Amino acid sequence: MRLENRTQAVEYRDACLKALEQETCRILICGGTGCLAGGSGKLYERFLELAKDTDASVEIGPEIAHLGIHKSGCHGFCEMGPLVRIEPYHYLYLKVQLEDCEEIFRETVLNGRPVQRLMYQQDGRIYPAQEEIPFYAKQTRVVLENCGHIDAEHISAAIAAGAYEGFAKALFTMTPEEIIQVITDSKLRGRGGAGFPTGKKWSQVARQPEKTRYVVCNGDEGDPGAFMDRSIMEGDPHRMIEGMMIAAFATGAQEGYIYVRAEYPLAVERLRLAIRQAEELGMLGDHILGTDFSFHLHINRGAGAFVCGEGSALTGSIEGNRGMPRVKPPRTVEQGLWGKPTVLNNVETYANVPMIILKGADWYKSMGTEGSPGTKAFALTGNVCNTGLIEVPMGTTLREIVFDIGGGIKDGGSFKAVQTGGPSGGCLTEEHLDEPLDFESIKKFGSIIGSGGLVVMDDHTCMVEVARFFMSFTQRESCGKCVPCREGTKRMLEILERIVAGKGVEDDLYTLDEIGNMIKNMALCGLGKSAPLPVLSTMRYFREEYEEHIFEHKCRAGVCSAMQKYIINPDLCKGCTKCARNCPVGAISGTVKEPHHIDTEKCIKCGACMSSCNFKAIYVES
Amino acid sequence: MLDKSYYDKTDEIIAVYGKKPSSLIPIMHDIQETYRYLPGELLTYVAQQIGITESKAYSVATFYENFSFEPKGKYVIKVCDGTACHVRKSTPVKEYLCKALGLSDEKHTTDDLMFTVETVSCLGACGLAPALMVNDAVYSKMTPEKAEEMLNTLKAEAFGGEGGSEQ
Repeated sequence: MRLENRTQAVEYRDACLKALEQETCRILICGGTGCLAGGSGKLYERFLELAKDTDASVEIGPEIAHLGIHKSGCHGFCEMGPLVRIEPYHYLYLKVQLEDCEEIFRETVLNGRPVQRLMYQQDGRIYPAQEEIPFYAKQTRVVLENCGHIDAEHISAAIAAGAYEGFAKALFTMTPEEIIQVITDSKLRGRGGAGFPTGKKWSQVARQPEKTRYVVCNGDEGDPGAFMDRSIMEGDPHRMIEGMMIAAFATGAQEGYIYVRAEYPLAVERLRLAIRQAEELGMLGDHILGTDFSFHLHINRGAGAFVCGEGSALTGSIEGNRGMPRVKPPRTVEQGLWGKPTVLNNVETYANVPMIILKGADWYKSMGTEGSPGTKAFALTGNVCNTGLIEVPMGTTLREIVFDIGGGIKDGGSFKAVQTGGPSGGCLTEEHLDEPLDFESIKKFGSIIGSGGLVVMDDHTCMVEVARFFMSFTQRESCGKCVPCREGTKRMLEILERIVAGKGVEDDLYTLDEIGNMIKNMALCGLGKSAPLPVLSTMRYFREEYEEHIFEHKCRAGVCSAMQKYIINPDLCKGCTKCARNCPVGAISGTVKEPHHIDTEKCIKCGACMSSCNFKAIYVES
Repeated sequence: MLDKSYYDKTDEIIAVYGKKPSSLIPIMHDIQETYRYLPGELLTYVAQQIGITESKAYSVATFYENFSFEPKGKYVIKVCDGTACHVRKSTPVKEYLCKALGLSDEKHTTDDLMFTVETVSCLGACGLAPALMVNDAVYSKMTPEKAEEMLNTLKAEAFGGEGGSEQ
């Protein structure tokens, strides 16, 4: 079926809605990467089987009656997966196992009764509806509103939820200039890290004399600890595609490219499916909805290079080259892909666009802060109770995110820091808990929002080791084109490795600071410039930890094994000799039935003695 | 010397993406997916076919971490060492796998070409940390014990003859 004009598009949407309304009950099984890993694919098949065995007439897809069984995108509450949501009751069942399916089907699907044991519980209260669970209640889900709530593999489900309405409005009722004006007025800023005003970028492209233009989506979400874009691509791909189409119409582009990491096979699959279905409907391709506007969309897979998240490296990679940043200007808006003017935004930015067109700039500005309107999706991970994908208005405080939504620190540990912006960002600490998070404020503290990864760290995390970890990442991923980044990160990594190995010297902190600032000022691209930030930021807020490592050979978190000492408690040791027999380097001595002793000079800290001791007499002092 | 079937298959792949320089990366992806590595002879052939120099093709292939000139195992285990996985202790999982399979930082693939163990920067499954990926399937909240269980399942599958696309 092909939609030839706007009327047909509206009729098609009404038909999709009607089909959806006929489903008296709908089972949405989370088909995000997280829940699939937990076995949700089998749950989906089990529900299909169960449905077949009953009288309920079941078909899959929207052109149906009664019961719908669908694979949705990510709900974000990955910690509790696999998740199953049942409509119209809004029930969310957590950690659903294969054996639970029958009960859910019998009780909820056939009889409308809740299965309480699978519902979220906190402080003795049961939360039947997803929206009431504290993890969700404190969020404002705008970009992610459909993720988890619609079938992620059928365009009809997306259209029933309003997909392509913003595009139709733009195409039929607005001029390209008006569209750019609305985006400019909304003050939407790029969600990929730098926060550049999107409207400004689009108008710069629209102004170019060259008429061949491209729209490119950066789905190369390479920051370790971030998966917002992945969830959008997997859970609501049409929203992002629609945003790209609006950008193309506004800037006069006819070709678009989506660059996705190779590590996201499911996102690639869902996007391919979404593009194919949109093409079949005539929403993509030549003469969309009978107009003169044509737009073709292609998918390019990355190949495991972090630096390809940088604009000029990304376009280089699409062209079939090594993904290495180049000197700017000319900038991407002037000479991007194949030397043509290019709109390059990230997934979440495009996903914001349709709603702004539909509801207006003022509506968008009613959320968030003055300088950073709207919402932001964050990937909340690390040592926090509720890990997952969240969305909050810009300006929400860290305390609300970590403690209200995240449920506090896991296993009763105490809060130490939140790492934001991945390997390009820095740390926020206790003192920043009540600061509003937006582009400006976070920059003041020496970090960046980045793409939106928030890794929570507790007192068992060694900040020096974390800095070393990030530096080893950026050093490995440095493309090698410019000297400050290629050589500087290597030297910084050497120093950090020396410090965590207990061989740091007094000058190290000074040298780290000096090289760090040199890279920050002199590297060629944004990724290089921000590479030293995790080190500079941890040195700023956790300097005493660095000093302890260097001067006292002490790691307060007990992480750095070089600082650890294995000791036998003579009161508990029975002299069974088991540890001495297990020690691979012969560092343990003592006579039978007498307390043994570990020679810390010889000890290689392998832990073999500790795991072999039957009397728990061996402990580690750090 | 590779037999003709390799070149025929490569022709098929080239036909999908077209004989143009920008097709290089997608073509290399598909060759690697087919043979689990990128045979050097085929890269030379592709370069000739799509009109780029051999050195250019080589420079691109070596730039990206995903491409490998060494044959990889039937099961490629990518242990995530992203931030979230790192702070939730992914290192012992990798160490266990290497030890169990007799691999090291220098040796990534077992001699029988069954298993390859690599580290990957981030799988984006941070909510399930520590995570790892076997071919395209993600395994969540791993521990050395769960890794042992997983290896046993994979081995049973591998030596049962069939398999390859496990969930």
